[in-house]
Amino acid sequence: MKNNFFEVLRAGINSTFQDQGRENFYHIGLPFSGAMDNRNFLISNALVNNEDKQGVIEFAYQGPLFEFNGENTSFSITGDVKFKIIKKDNTIINGECYKSYILNHKDKLDIITTNKSIYGYLAVSGGFSLDKILNSYSTFSRANVGPFNGKKLFLKQKILINKINQPLQSKQVKYLNSKIEYIRILKGTNYDYFSKEGRDNFLKKEFIVTKLTDRMGMRIEGPKIENIKEKNIRSEGIVKGTIQIPPDGNPIIMLSDHGTIGGYPKIGVVISADYDKLVQLIPNTKIKFKLIDLYEAEKLYKFYSLETKNLLNQIK
Amino acid sequence: MIKNILNLGDAAIYYDFGDQINIETNTKVINYFNSLKNLNLEEITNITPSYNKLIISFNLEITSFLDLKEKIQNIKISTENEKSFKKIKLPICCEGDFFLDKERLTNKLNLSPKEILKKFLNQEYFCYMTGFIAGMPFMGNIDKDLGIERLKTPRVKVPKGSVGITEQFTNIYTFESPGGWNIIGNTPQKIFEPGNKDKPILINPGDKVSFFQISKTEYKKLNEK
Repeated sequence: MKNNFFEVLRAGINSTFQDQGRENFYHIGLPFSGAMDNRNFLISNALVNNEDKQGVIEFAYQGPLFEFNGENTSFSITGDVKFKIIKKDNTIINGECYKSYILNHKDKLDIITTNKSIYGYLAVSGGFSLDKILNSYSTFSRANVGPFNGKKLFLKQKILINKINQPLQSKQVKYLNSKIEYIRILKGTNYDYFSKEGRDNFLKKEFIVTKLTDRMGMRIEGPKIENIKEKNIRSEGIVKGTIQIPPDGNPIIMLSDHGTIGGYPKIGVVISADYDKLVQLIPNTKIKFKLIDLYEAEKLYKFYSLETKNLLNQIK
Repeated sequence: MIKNILNLGDAAIYYDFGDQINIETNTKVINYFNSLKNLNLEEITNITPSYNKLIISFNLEITSFLDLKEKIQNIKISTENEKSFKKIKLPICCEGDFFLDKERLTNKLNLSPKEILKKFLNQEYFCYMTGFIAGMPFMGNIDKDLGIERLKTPRVKVPKGSVGITEQFTNIYTFESPGGWNIIGNTPQKIFEPGNKDKPILINPGDKVSFFQISKTEYKKLNEK
């Protein structure tokens, strides 16, 4: 029996292995990492009958091009992604997201680009054959943590695929990545460091997502948010979704690969239910914030979680 | 002991141990951190100690701010772990390019390079916290005469292994990274090893660290290991 594997013919801009992240290492300086958009990660695995702990490939903007070698496998792509399958006889199939496809020996999978979002996910049936590093398949490339020494995908890389015993079946689900009007937030622990006008600006005016946005953080620009107390605080722990205001007044939202400690005042924290949607916002998108309370945030999370479960149940 | 408990977003608890930045306050944070960690509660996903704060991240699927706050508010705090604090001796080379801010420090502190190094090497440092980048220890306190601000414009790249000072603290850049600390030397010692499952980092909060000087030749030898 031959090994099933993908050979990387083009690595893409920012392609990494991810799962649900790495817990309990903040105190040594390692963030959660993990798939930026957790719901799309879960759906991609469900569509190929994987349990939700399997590692997948996350890509951003231009994705990878692979050649499949082996008997056959099935894969799924989630997000808002343009891709095609090039069969061995050169016929081309334009791919649809949220649907599983079968690949045969020497077929190619070309993940051309994400459309009006940043991240997409590729899962294969049985999962990629990877080593767990510090309890996770997630890549944190800045500290070389993850499979393949924490490297992003690279040219000519061979990625082994686990063998599966059950027959491959085609699955599909209807899902639209809904847009949001507001990013809902809770007050940060330094909310009162900012002037009344600054706080009003923050909650009432529009901000624009800048190009300085990656897995670590998202910089946004808008009206100035004036700090009337202290520009720096003693470095302390932060969490993903934290909105920090550095001395220049332009907010930075901490994302999944953020530095674990920060020294800028925190004006707010994005609620967990809105995180998946936040990370998918492409540069130049206009966003507004809406302040809610903890009770409401918890209710919204329950709703988000239920919605995810319903989607996964539809696939089963 | 805890001055204030707040929520940080909907999935983390924020413990404030007061405004004082000293070893006494920080030891309380570390003892709380270790006691909580040893309970191995499944709902807790991360605990981040810093100088005077402790952030407890939790899994919102299975608990909530109020429930978890009540559950852990009165846990027994053990000081047992203080016994496991290590003493670590690290080689440092301060020759040539490794002493990146030699000029700035001699001018600003009004001390000769020799005096600066003597004062720096004389002290034993307490590790307050680890983080920002993987494995980076924040340690103190340095000699009062060496107190200095961060660089006005941070360097885009601080070389891996660089040892920096600012205010009352010293740190080690475990990876090449942007940074604004004043660089006094470089250590060839590996601080972070992700492949080592049990002990991925060498220096943990509470440990005591001192430095001994080595030559460039010795540095090269150690670096090859």
